[in-house]
Amino acid sequence: MKAEGIQAAAWLLIAFPLLGAAVLLLGGRRTDRWGHLLGVAMSLASFVVGAGMFVQMLGYDDAERRRTLHLWNFFDVGSLHVGMDLLVDPLSISFVLLITGVGSLIHIYSIGYMAHDEDRRRFFAYLNLFVAAMLLLVLGANYVVLFLGWEGVGLASYLLIGFWQFKPTAAVAAKKAFVVNRVGDLGLVTAIMLMFATFNSVDFTTILGTGTEHLGLAAKLSSGVATALGLLLLLGACGKSAQLPLQSWLLDAMEGPTPVSALIHAATMVTAGVYLIVRSAPIFEMSPDAQLVVTIVGAATLIAGAIIGCGKDDIKKALAGSTMSQIGYMTLAAGLGKAGYALAIAHLIAHGFFKAGLFLGAGSVMHATGDDVNMRHYGALRKLMYVTYGTFGLGYLAIIGCPPFSGFFTKDGIIEAAYNKGGTSGAILGTCALVGAGVTAYYMSRVMFMTFFGEKRWQEDVHPHESPKVMTIPLILLAFGSVFAGGFLVLGGFSDFLAPVVGESEEHGFNPFTAPGIATFVLMLAGVAIAWRQYGARPVPVEAPAGSFLTRAARRDLYGDAINESLLMRPGQWLTRLAVWFDNRGVDGAVNGIAAGVGGTSGRIRRVQTGFARSYALSMYLGAAIVVAALLVVNVS
Amino acid sequence: MTDFPWLTVLIALPAVGALLVGLLPRENESLAKRAALGISLVEAVLAIVMTTAFKVGGDRFQFTEKYWWIKQFGVHWAVGVDGVALVLVLLSVILVPLVIIASWDEAGRSGGTDAAPPKRSAKIYFALILALEAMMVGVFAATDVFLFYVFFEAMLIPVYFIIGSYGGPQRSYAAVKFLLYSLFGGLLMLVAVVWLYPLSQEKLGHGTFMFEELNKMHVDGMTAKWLFLGFFVAFAIKAPMVPVHTWLPDAAAQSPAGALVLVVGVLDKVGTYGMLRFCLELFPGAAKWATPVVLAFAVVSIVYGAVLAIGQVDLKRLVAYTSVSHFGFIVLGIFAMTSQGQSGATLYMVNHGFSTGALFLLVGFMISRRNSARIDAFGGVQKVAPVLAGTFLVAGLSGLSLPGLSTFVSELMVLIGTFSRHRLPAVLAASGIVLAAIYILWTYQRTMGGPAREEVKGMPDLSLREKVAVAPIIAIIVAMGLFPQPVLKAINPSVKEGLARVEVHDPAPKITGNVAENGARP
Repeated sequence: MKAEGIQAAAWLLIAFPLLGAAVLLLGGRRTDRWGHLLGVAMSLASFVVGAGMFVQMLGYDDAERRRTLHLWNFFDVGSLHVGMDLLVDPLSISFVLLITGVGSLIHIYSIGYMAHDEDRRRFFAYLNLFVAAMLLLVLGANYVVLFLGWEGVGLASYLLIGFWQFKPTAAVAAKKAFVVNRVGDLGLVTAIMLMFATFNSVDFTTILGTGTEHLGLAAKLSSGVATALGLLLLLGACGKSAQLPLQSWLLDAMEGPTPVSALIHAATMVTAGVYLIVRSAPIFEMSPDAQLVVTIVGAATLIAGAIIGCGKDDIKKALAGSTMSQIGYMTLAAGLGKAGYALAIAHLIAHGFFKAGLFLGAGSVMHATGDDVNMRHYGALRKLMYVTYGTFGLGYLAIIGCPPFSGFFTKDGIIEAAYNKGGTSGAILGTCALVGAGVTAYYMSRVMFMTFFGEKRWQEDVHPHESPKVMTIPLILLAFGSVFAGGFLVLGGFSDFLAPVVGESEEHGFNPFTAPGIATFVLMLAGVAIAWRQYGARPVPVEAPAGSFLTRAARRDLYGDAINESLLMRPGQWLTRLAVWFDNRGVDGAVNGIAAGVGGTSGRIRRVQTGFARSYALSMYLGAAIVVAALLVVNVS
Repeated sequence: MTDFPWLTVLIALPAVGALLVGLLPRENESLAKRAALGISLVEAVLAIVMTTAFKVGGDRFQFTEKYWWIKQFGVHWAVGVDGVALVLVLLSVILVPLVIIASWDEAGRSGGTDAAPPKRSAKIYFALILALEAMMVGVFAATDVFLFYVFFEAMLIPVYFIIGSYGGPQRSYAAVKFLLYSLFGGLLMLVAVVWLYPLSQEKLGHGTFMFEELNKMHVDGMTAKWLFLGFFVAFAIKAPMVPVHTWLPDAAAQSPAGALVLVVGVLDKVGTYGMLRFCLELFPGAAKWATPVVLAFAVVSIVYGAVLAIGQVDLKRLVAYTSVSHFGFIVLGIFAMTSQGQSGATLYMVNHGFSTGALFLLVGFMISRRNSARIDAFGGVQKVAPVLAGTFLVAGLSGLSLPGLSTFVSELMVLIGTFSRHRLPAVLAASGIVLAAIYILWTYQRTMGGPAREEVKGMPDLSLREKVAVAPIIAIIVAMGLFPQPVLKAINPSVKEGLARVEVHDPAPKITGNVAENGARP
């Protein structure tokens, strides 16, 4: 159905922040004085439009909630028709509210956080660009428009990680994030190619259908093609969402300013992979193999991220490990099929609130301690930063899954759904998720205790202080989300809201008094208790101890970089050098040598320029001969 | 206005202009520059006015003119453009004035890097650029194969003198290498062109070089294969494809940056344009016969060019190798023989002209500031010259096919079009998108990122003149990234006719039709 009313103006959602970015980037220094205000205003304007669209949607029946909007013909060739089309449905509107809501709060927070940066205007331009691209990603009505947003957020992420370009580490991290993401993009692009070859279409409506009543062509897929498509999409998702084996960029991405870590690398962009999988549900449902791989990737990443989170002394990196791990939960849920989609998105939204709150809280702490990120230099901050402590604490309770905070509802659901999958795989996946919950409680308690409890460990010249209101008010609002979002979504019928898009989940109701539910609770308490014994009850050394094998591995991101370096980077460098040598010496030089031999001027050819007419004549013909010979050899018939 | 000899005027104007500029007094450089700029702007406006008269979906070739030239050999002065030629003519005439603006102060100084050669005459430089423009328009507009050949070879002369006289320290080496490669390719093509004459006598009853008649000949067998090779090798050198690409990096390293925009942005497109027009339509059977090997070389060009780009230390050589990789994509799209592949390849020719043009211009601006093209001569430029860094990034991002910028649409179309017929080459080619990210962003990181180097600290940001030269290209890159459809509308009908001539159809999808409504998902 066509979009009407406010929804027909869905393009405004994207246009506002895009306009903001354009004005701020093209306006240059002239806009320095009010640039940040324009940035906030544009983000808020999007939120208002988004909220209006949401209210309008609530007035529709389930069957009428899927609305499309055709903006213009992007490109048409032969049977390939790609429109600049937007899709407004319960799934995309959920993301719209998350992106513009949390995004606006983070914009406001950044006014204070970036107040002393001379390039604050540029920062807001990039933030606006990000919001526009992220909205395009979730609103796109075909895979090409989705990809437009997908790469747009990648660009914004690149620009923001490298915002402090003068720091070499930031410049390297930005490039790494983009390149690793491109490996994932390779999967997405190949999936788009395969979709066109299979369906002659890249449209959601044609491929995925318009809900359970009207199936798309995906329902006719053979399991082989479905598996291929699923795995290719998963590769794309792994890149964007920092899932194994493409996780390595996320920890380095913490080089960016903290609001960026909160918005892009925790609340929204990194969850785009989960969106992609849930959106493509009809494809995955045709291939149990692909779904199984999704769950395995999710489970492995949730464990790996949690372990990394345990070993980090850098507060942002500890939180980044945690983000990896939490997205692992979402991926796991998304791989469980109908039983998991709504849970994945609910956890995604709840996580958006509490993780944004945690990151912004970490930013507030850094603001107070002179941009120190080492938790071993914190301690006892609760006495000086009440608001930050309180809001961070609520986020902490939410993420460890303490009842009745957000994470309790969403994470417990995922653990239970994993066990309910049944069979060996269900037991293994469920146990991974269960153990992960315990480890989560441990590493988050560690962060909490090292930062806010114990004795003060900061230097003499550091004078911690509470952050200004423009930063603390967003913290308070996000804390509300940390407390209530999970319960509101799970108990408030979010899965029914999403059902027209992803189908009905067989499970209804929420019951924490099951075996997995109780085990989760016990493990959570155990995690907190162990952390308290290690970091709360006794003083934290300012210098990090050597640590066990596992701690050392966790500090080095489980050797992810070392593996990439030895498997990809080094061989790549050698290959590049070899190719350059070959091109200079081989292709040109071999011929030079032959020419020299023929001409009897060996050895002098490089210095005597008269030789090169002959040598290039020959090299040209050699090249041509290779082409001709290959043609003749391959195609003798 | 349809009877107006648009194309002859578009060819004659810069040719006459080149003579005039060349005859101006040597002392008054500024007059020569202004005259050259004025002529190129009039040319651009004329071409744009002509475009508005082009009827999409009308005759394939429009604005046609046909006069006897050498009657004894059936040679005509015959010009006309279809959608493909039209967009390439537009690319040429839009780039030339921008190149003239960008070269305003650099021309006549050394285009080289470390050791500056003595000052050269600026007016001759601009005269050569105009002469080149006349031939570029001519080569795309020619509908007589012999006339095409004449322009094809004549283009070498201005380029040879531009590189040889205005280039860097090793300019004569690079110029001769360029000339020899091109000449040998041209000779092979000459043989094939001349062969067409007796062949047309035999098949059509009268000797001719008119393209529209020749493509009805249905040449096949060994003759077609030899003729195909004669054309193809010449075009592969021009494009350039691996393994006949090595002239380009040397020519790029020595050539002045402004002229390089035209050499790589437009001149090399004659190679891929020739493949699409002549290799495929005149010898469809032979083209199909050669397809597997051509696809293989295209994929090798994509990957090999990209890997080499990563390994370069000289900015101009780096951009040259990225072009080798991009030309691989264009050839891939052409020989995929699907409408998406060929329309994408044509669009790619235009987009590559603009995005690589912008990159070369910016690299030229960087070199003029540091007197070096080496990557390690820069570092931290972003801090001191943010506009330069920003435009460089936009041009680079277009080069790595970032969605929203122009190259993306064409690259995706080429990949989609190739994949629907040839799975493996498309997947291998797609790896180019990862390599492109590495060569662009690593370059950006090393030149623009990090702390500002001492030598870079005093570097001025883009001047007004430089902004005027590069801003229109950036605007085109963004506009074409979001609204490629008007250009595609002009290209598609020509591609369709070409494919009909080759007698191939797009592969049918595997799954079609509607799924039963209310059907349960298994």
